[in-house]
Amino acid sequence: MADLDALVESARSEAARAREVREVEALRVRFLGKQGLITGELKGLGRLPAEERPAAGKRINAAKEAVEALIRTRRESLERDAMDARLAGERVDVTLPGRGEVPGGLHPVTRTLERIEDFFVSIGFQVAQGPEIEDDFHNFEALNIPAHHPARAMQDTFYFGDGRVLRTHTSPVQIRVMQAAQPPLRIIAPGRVYRCDSDLTHTPMFHQVEGLMVGEDVTMAHLKGILHAFLRGFFEAELEVRFRPSYFPFTEPSAEVDILGDNGWLEVLGCGMVHPQVLDNVGIDSERYTGFAFGMGVERLAMLRYRINDLRMFFENDLRFLGQFR
Amino acid sequence: MKFSERWLREWVDPAVDTDGLVEQLTNAGLEVDAVEPAGETLVKVVVGQVLEAVPHPDADSLTVCTVDAGGAERLTIVCGAPNARAGLVAPVALAGARLPDGTRIRRSRIRGQASEGMLCSARELGLGEDADGLLELDGAPAPGTPVSVALGLDDACIDVDLTPNRGDCLCVEGIARDVAAVNGQRLVPLAVTAVAAACDAAFPVRLDAPAACPRYVGRVIRGIDPRSPTPRWMVERLRRSGVRTLGPVVDVTNYVMLELGHPMHAFDLERLRDGIVVRHAAAGEQVTLLDESTHALAEEDLVIADAGGAVALAGIMGGLDSAVGSVTRDVFLECAWFEPRGIGVTARRLGLHTDASHRFERHVNPHGQVRAVERATALLLDIVGGAAGPLQDTAAPDHLPAAPAVHLRPERIRRLLGVDVSPGAVRTVLECLHMEVAEVAGGWRVTPPPFRPDIAIEADLVEEVARIRGFAAIPEAAPVAALEIPPRPEGRGSLRELRRVLLARGYQEAVTYSFVDAGLQARMDGRTTAIPLSNPISSDMGVMRTSLLPGLLQAAVHNVNRQQERVRLFESGLVFLDEDGETRQPSRLGGIAVGRAVPPQWGIPDRPVDFFDVKGDVEALFGVRARGLEFEPASHPALHPGQCALVRVDGRAAGHLGLLHPELARAHKITAAAVLFELDQDLLLEGKVPAFRDFSRHPAVRRDLSVVVDETVSAAAVRNCVGQAAGDVLQNLELFDVYRGEGIDSGQKSLTLSLTFQAPSRTLGEAEVEASVSTILDSLAKHLGAALRG
Repeated sequence: MADLDALVESARSEAARAREVREVEALRVRFLGKQGLITGELKGLGRLPAEERPAAGKRINAAKEAVEALIRTRRESLERDAMDARLAGERVDVTLPGRGEVPGGLHPVTRTLERIEDFFVSIGFQVAQGPEIEDDFHNFEALNIPAHHPARAMQDTFYFGDGRVLRTHTSPVQIRVMQAAQPPLRIIAPGRVYRCDSDLTHTPMFHQVEGLMVGEDVTMAHLKGILHAFLRGFFEAELEVRFRPSYFPFTEPSAEVDILGDNGWLEVLGCGMVHPQVLDNVGIDSERYTGFAFGMGVERLAMLRYRINDLRMFFENDLRFLGQFR
Repeated sequence: MKFSERWLREWVDPAVDTDGLVEQLTNAGLEVDAVEPAGETLVKVVVGQVLEAVPHPDADSLTVCTVDAGGAERLTIVCGAPNARAGLVAPVALAGARLPDGTRIRRSRIRGQASEGMLCSARELGLGEDADGLLELDGAPAPGTPVSVALGLDDACIDVDLTPNRGDCLCVEGIARDVAAVNGQRLVPLAVTAVAAACDAAFPVRLDAPAACPRYVGRVIRGIDPRSPTPRWMVERLRRSGVRTLGPVVDVTNYVMLELGHPMHAFDLERLRDGIVVRHAAAGEQVTLLDESTHALAEEDLVIADAGGAVALAGIMGGLDSAVGSVTRDVFLECAWFEPRGIGVTARRLGLHTDASHRFERHVNPHGQVRAVERATALLLDIVGGAAGPLQDTAAPDHLPAAPAVHLRPERIRRLLGVDVSPGAVRTVLECLHMEVAEVAGGWRVTPPPFRPDIAIEADLVEEVARIRGFAAIPEAAPVAALEIPPRPEGRGSLRELRRVLLARGYQEAVTYSFVDAGLQARMDGRTTAIPLSNPISSDMGVMRTSLLPGLLQAAVHNVNRQQERVRLFESGLVFLDEDGETRQPSRLGGIAVGRAVPPQWGIPDRPVDFFDVKGDVEALFGVRARGLEFEPASHPALHPGQCALVRVDGRAAGHLGLLHPELARAHKITAAAVLFELDQDLLLEGKVPAFRDFSRHPAVRRDLSVVVDETVSAAAVRNCVGQAAGDVLQNLELFDVYRGEGIDSGQKSLTLSLTFQAPSRTLGEAEVEASVSTILDSLAKHLGAALRG
């Protein structure tokens, strides 16, 4: 029987010299493999007298365990070093920019429209749409604005010369909805509207959201409650809101709604109780049902919300403007 | 309607300051647009009386005045005004005063003569245009009184922006009526006493168009002195209402209009022949008006005529020839009621918007003409003297508008306003508004006064109750409704999702005008007829868009011209198509990508955007349905003929995609690559509800094939051929390389396909896959002349 201690010592010094995992593996094979030195000792046990075998076996196994341990330790140490070296080599500059596309943003009008829609949809309003080239009936007549009514002069209308117009407000959608369905009705109608007017504070196209609720118990108190709640939600502030009497041919009573800003009251929307004649025009019993309607200018709300100071920027589509609403 | 606060307070004087009054007006629906001080702040400008006026020894046009300005010392003031004379009471700017134009007054010497201040004209004090002479102060204010006090300049000019239903408030009396009502009072109307006739001069009046003019009140006043000045108080009130002084007679008619709301006209009686006829214009008739404009009239126009023809355009403007002037001796006063619609039609057609037409269009009181003429007569007699003839009230009563009674129910007030208003409060409001209120079963019968034609139905009365009590008195409540679950079709996509797909792919949303330049659109979308606007805002916004592409191109050009090197924009909106006289307004989604394929960044090679980048965006928009999409070579006027595809979904045309036509790019000075797409939004939103299909759990086998085909053979053709030849076991087919160059003959290309074979219920054998591949290759060779690449 060889000198086991010497064997272990030689394995120890060889392991310490190993610089790569591959060398440690070769070492393992030489000592512990099928033909290995320690394995050979174990095979030689059979040649010893029976009474010596247990003690010898014990010593050989101890030597085997010692070699296994020192090989494992060395392997782990080398693996750790290799990993450390790899990690150090794979270090990147995390401050370099990420790759890929830079997302675009919604137009501030759309952003505002989506917010408005979300508020009203969350309380059970449905979104309705209508055509933008409208007939005289839906844009004016049914809304109690007959030909030659002075209220027509309040709105500079685009004409096509055949009785049709570009809708001057989203109110005709009210009419289309009420013609198609009986109360209870709760809708909002967002969209483009057009007025023949262009200067610092007017663009010939802008956006409105029309709202309509008709039912058996719909009052002006409800109109006030819902609009105040909406404005609070939209501006995320406890706003001071003022309802003051106004005039629209299709509502009675009619009101304008102002919010108190830094420089006094700012008009933000118009509203009122649906005029009984309008209900009659679309075949809804104005004795049984009442309703409210409101209309808000989307650009105006967006300007207040995002502190935009020039209306005309909305339609220039300049990326330096649009890019700010991501 | 602009008016002096002091004037209003002579009618009704609530215990609130100017701000409080403004709030009351606004809260009553008479929205205050502006409040301006009645005059400039005038410090050290006082009333002075000229005691003596002698010509300047060294200057012909100057006068040396000795002036009592209230101080212990008399002042010597050199003055150039023609009306400087002893006894005159006029404003004196003392040394140290600063005039509204910035002039500082100092003691000085003028042509050797000491001058200790300045006598002022109206213009020098910012009180009007009159610079012809010194402002003559009447009413004998004491010398030394500040001019701002003497003229009542501690006053505000309040401008209310009236809604078209409130013609009754286009006068101080009307506004006072509402202010009184808000304060719980019923305004006592101005007492007007009839002026007894001092002569029997009359002028015949005939109503030939009684429906258009059912009442015409007239009066002759003989022997006036047209050179009498309009009193300063009246000039000031007119000025504070924004009305210029034009001589005493016209000033009085304007004053009565502002006071009582009745537009009036005064004719020079000597210029009228035979009598007044109110009639519709004759065909071809012309009239020359006070502003010296001449108009060809139509038969719908109403005129005031005499034997010689039209002398005024009824309710709009008087005629030039019959106007009162500085030599007028005899006057014929007119105050009439004209049917509002007709006045509006004529005023709009002739582009004549006047103070008179504005009021007549909005309904004046059909029963107030006599009162207005009496009031004007009394004022005129005071100012210009003369002898009034009898008042002539010519009327066709059947044609005068009636003010029918309206029934009002307390329960309707509650149902509309959501709050109960006590019967007493309702009654008070209505009576303060001069309505007649009678108790009837279930409510009240309310008769509105003749100046409130806007009160026609019950809701109008409810509004009056709410308005006068203030909308603040209506509580706020949350609406209550039955909870319902609306339909939400799962198979239909939403525009919101489509927008987000494009945002994630680097597109910025744009909103362009729905009207575009006809020429540009014809060039970019020649196939559809554009609908022209009758009154476009400008010629480059003359027609409705038939495509989103012109607007998107212009928006992109706007940005390229501002040094943006990479522009990606999209827009969603309607286009307007005229198809055989039928107008369709479908929704489209369009986009444009200009410049780099990806934002400049490290590690990714920089290259211009191309057709396939944007094709990927289009496929992403269609989402999972991209497999059902087909792209066919097509032509489109805006797009490069070799890089243009018609997009089909399930065989239906869904829009176009392609490179901007190089000619359009050159015309717009775009040198970078630009790719556009425009898709039908409805087809984009179509979808379906997912339906599960079982999938094979057996291993899949992948084979890659490179085949060489002619350039003319499309990828789609190869794909279809493989698909048909392979049979059911072909699970997936991807084209992952296209190669031209070394090893491939020119005119040919190599396509590399990745085929995945899999059977649903068993493991495919090698032989089976080989058999399928060779069938595919045979078919490719046979149908497309393809050869396996060596």
